[in-house]
Amino acid sequence: MELLADIFLVIGCAFIAIGSLGLLRMPDVYNRLQAGTKAATLGAMALLLGIGLHHPDWWPKLLVIAGFVLFTNPVGSSTIARAARISGIKPWSADQKQGDS
Amino acid sequence: MTLSAMHLLAVLLLAVAIVFCVIRLLRGPTTLDRVVAADTLAVITTASIAGLAAVFDNPVYLDVALVYGTLAFVGTVAMARAIEGDKG
Repeated sequence: MELLADIFLVIGCAFIAIGSLGLLRMPDVYNRLQAGTKAATLGAMALLLGIGLHHPDWWPKLLVIAGFVLFTNPVGSSTIARAARISGIKPWSADQKQGDS
Repeated sequence: MTLSAMHLLAVLLLAVAIVFCVIRLLRGPTTLDRVVAADTLAVITTASIAGLAAVFDNPVYLDVALVYGTLAFVGTVAMARAIEGDKG
């Protein structure tokens, strides 16, 4: 059980790190939003699951935190995407070199 | 309070993620890039505070994580709406 919890912890942290790498490497606000938000959400879920396997009596609070992250993160990212769309940022395409990396 | 090798690896990966987010926060070309970086940083911080509860073996930190997540969400939405209202 401890080993399973540790594996979930490392998987969650790896997802968060890869999502942040995508945030650094992607060429555009929309791509960065995609890479950063979703991978970080999944990583946070796995990390909370690992903590819950370590401490089984913390399940209710961890579940509340997980549900909260799961509800608020898409809302926040869609609000940011809407703001980017309204303020006139064009989506990146390969032939017009827009926005540096 | 010594960490095992797997826990140390997890902490190291979290540190790398935070460094990437801060680099994007510092050099993002537009304001919205910085908002995206701050949003991702808030998610990472929420998860890290929950991990801190496990490290210190003290469930009070879970409440701190919940409050931090709430305030970061409100901040992100407020910032995005302010930028949106600026331009359109």
